Amino acid sequence: MEADGLLLGVEMVSGSGVGLSPEQSAALRTSLLLLRRNMKLAGVLFWGKILGVHGDYYICRGTEEDEGEELRGRKTFYSLNCMDWCLLPPATEALIAETQVIKGRFIGDPSHEYEQTVHKKVGEGDAAYEEEVTSHIKEETRLVATIAMIDKEAAIVPRGAFIKNPVGLVKKNPCFRGLTVSEAKKLSSFFHFTPTVNPKNRSLLEKADLDPSIDFLDSLEHDIPRGCWSLQFEQGNSVVILRSLLWIGMTFYHVPLTPQHGYVYIGTGERNNDLPFMI
Amino acid sequence: MSESAPEVTADPREIQIQNAKAYLLQAGPNGVSLYEHLSALLTRILAERPPNPLEIVEQLSTELHWSRLNKGLDTLRTQKDDPHTYIKAESHRALFTHGAGDGEEAEGDGEMMESPLPNILDLAHLLQQGGVSLGRDETVRIALALKQLTDTRPLQSCRFWGKILGTQGSYLVAEVQFREGEDDEAEEGAEEEEKATEEEEDEEEKEEEEDLPPKSTYRPPPVVPREENGTGANKYVYFVCTEPGAEWVRLPPVTPAQITAARKVRRLFTGKLEAPVITYPPFLGTEANLLRAQIARISAGTHISPLGFYQFGEEEGEEEEEGAVRDTYEENPEFEGIPVNELVESLSNWVHHVQHILPQGRCVWYNTAVKSEEEMEEEEGEEEEKQDEEEPEPEVGPPLLTPLSEDAEINQTPPWTASLSSSLIPQYALAVLRSNLWPGAFTISNSKKFENIYIGWGVKYNPEGYSPPAPPPPQAEYPSGPEITEAVDPTVEEEQALKAAQEEAAAAAEEAEEEEEEEDEEEDD
Repeated sequence: MEADGLLLGVEMVSGSGVGLSPEQSAALRTSLLLLRRNMKLAGVLFWGKILGVHGDYYICRGTEEDEGEELRGRKTFYSLNCMDWCLLPPATEALIAETQVIKGRFIGDPSHEYEQTVHKKVGEGDAAYEEEVTSHIKEETRLVATIAMIDKEAAIVPRGAFIKNPVGLVKKNPCFRGLTVSEAKKLSSFFHFTPTVNPKNRSLLEKADLDPSIDFLDSLEHDIPRGCWSLQFEQGNSVVILRSLLWIGMTFYHVPLTPQHGYVYIGTGERNNDLPFMI
Repeated sequence: MSESAPEVTADPREIQIQNAKAYLLQAGPNGVSLYEHLSALLTRILAERPPNPLEIVEQLSTELHWSRLNKGLDTLRTQKDDPHTYIKAESHRALFTHGAGDGEEAEGDGEMMESPLPNILDLAHLLQQGGVSLGRDETVRIALALKQLTDTRPLQSCRFWGKILGTQGSYLVAEVQFREGEDDEAEEGAEEEEKATEEEEDEEEKEEEEDLPPKSTYRPPPVVPREENGTGANKYVYFVCTEPGAEWVRLPPVTPAQITAARKVRRLFTGKLEAPVITYPPFLGTEANLLRAQIARISAGTHISPLGFYQFGEEEGEEEEEGAVRDTYEENPEFEGIPVNELVESLSNWVHHVQHILPQGRCVWYNTAVKSEEEMEEEEGEEEEKQDEEEPEPEVGPPLLTPLSEDAEINQTPPWTASLSSSLIPQYALAVLRSNLWPGAFTISNSKKFENIYIGWGVKYNPEGYSPPAPPPPQAEYPSGPEITEAVDPTVEEEQALKAAQEEAAAAAEEAEEEEEEEDEEEDD
């Protein structure tokens, strides 16, 4: 959620039980402002909090000033005390694949090393034998990968909140005036806010209604497994709340007919792989 | 004509403008001309004055087009705007007005007895310090909803237990105790149960009279009876509602079978109490039963208090027999509070004040081998078979008020995370304990008082990944023996050898018989 609208946003997602203490919220509102100035960022989003066993990671995200590209030109920062922010390196496919083997909770210490033994096959044919390879993965690396995974699978925006301009840059849509109530009841009005790698093959009927400047993202409609999003109206039916069941702790809010929307992740940073058994 | 000619020649620009305008005014297939469109567009830009009009002009233009197309069908009556929102607002209104209207009556009662209504606003303040939020407006609504509950029922105590999220709705849970002897619903429920069991027995008798196919030798494992209301896992009664203003629904008491089944499944709640629970292994009951079982498990695992806040009743403790589990405690009037720093540093300063649930699904172990008189009579005939069965070993759990430091680790993860609510003003900070076993369970204490709350999905933490238990092995269709075991066919030689051997044996037998007969004859003589 926008750092400027932090108070409002936290209040909106409070139905999930997560929140920030007054001290954290006050500290964030100060430090995020300074971060924006120091790092020359166009805008800062409070991304969320990953709960560790001995400490929590606060995560925020900034968009770079010069280009104004919202989707690709992003930087991620983390902090342990809401005040001092550290830049995280960008996530790569290899890095994500490498950290997939780690299980269990985050510790809360970025320099903590996970020891992982992987059985690898060495040699070919009859001469093949298994070798144990021990790898050390830093928690900071795992953090990068987890944030990237959550962004890929659970970061969402309402349809029309962002547009792709003729040059191909993704920008905030100043004309966005919110979804109507009936639109907000459908999963197809919400998009994954992540670069689409392989656009799904839509039927001709669906394609006919698409607006290329708005519908450049994937909608939640065809997410697998079906039912991995919980869509509810809360606070006297005035706010639409979407909760990801795959990444428990991800909450998205949107007030219909207003441009207010945002998401926040406050959870353990573990993917709910048991979901198919649970719905 | 002669008069108009000089005008035309006089102003050729006017003609050009008029021609251009006429062209722009040509209406398209949908009855709108470009002129109209542009003027509407410019009017909007001038009225709204966006910061960068050039960039969004296309966007605005498209929007204008869409708005013309999406007019909707003509209706005779004006369409109502989403009535659902209004219905909800109406139900909330009832909450507010109801509270005010009953206030006067309640005041009269207030003098008679203390109201069990908990102070939710105080609770919300504590929770917010610890980074757990109920939502400001929602807090007030929950408080009003609890007031509704306490006003309409004869309650001894009432506590806001927490909130369980579901895929289509969430449950607010209130933990209450009825005043003694005034729990009408429980008595009714018990009567119904008795009737149900009687009916079942009748049916069994009827079955015996009829001629039936042979009965299965399968004997179901003995049913562990549920704990009485007011004891063990059924110590409290729970009421749930899907949202403030909705009706409070009483959850049925939990049975040991439900608790043991709930331990084996992982399932999210849907938000509808009567929804079926489709899982493997099967869960007997609806979502209301599963919810009640999970509430019992969460309470047993996460309800904790600072050491010394509660104590055992002294008189009872001495009189009780050895081995009996103490299940009552009382507030310690001399409790002076534990400094917050110590609460955070050492988990041994915290104790569980809800009884541990044994693997059997009860808090107090029940010996299934001991039978009531009726059962004894029934089973007298079967006693011989039963002798092989061993006396089951009693299950023992940690006693009440066991320190948290005794809690088991989950896969090298400590079960609790303790922290101070504020690192900058530690002298006034609160102690916040977060359960890692039941994500969403919090306990917050300011050295003198404490609050337990659960806001989560009602699912236990499981680092390993869930895999449902395999179905039991299929039963053997027939006893395996030599006559149905596959073997190699004998060769001709073997058959002949066998035949010869049989003949020999037969001949020997005949001889023997003859000899016997002879002997018999001899004896007869």
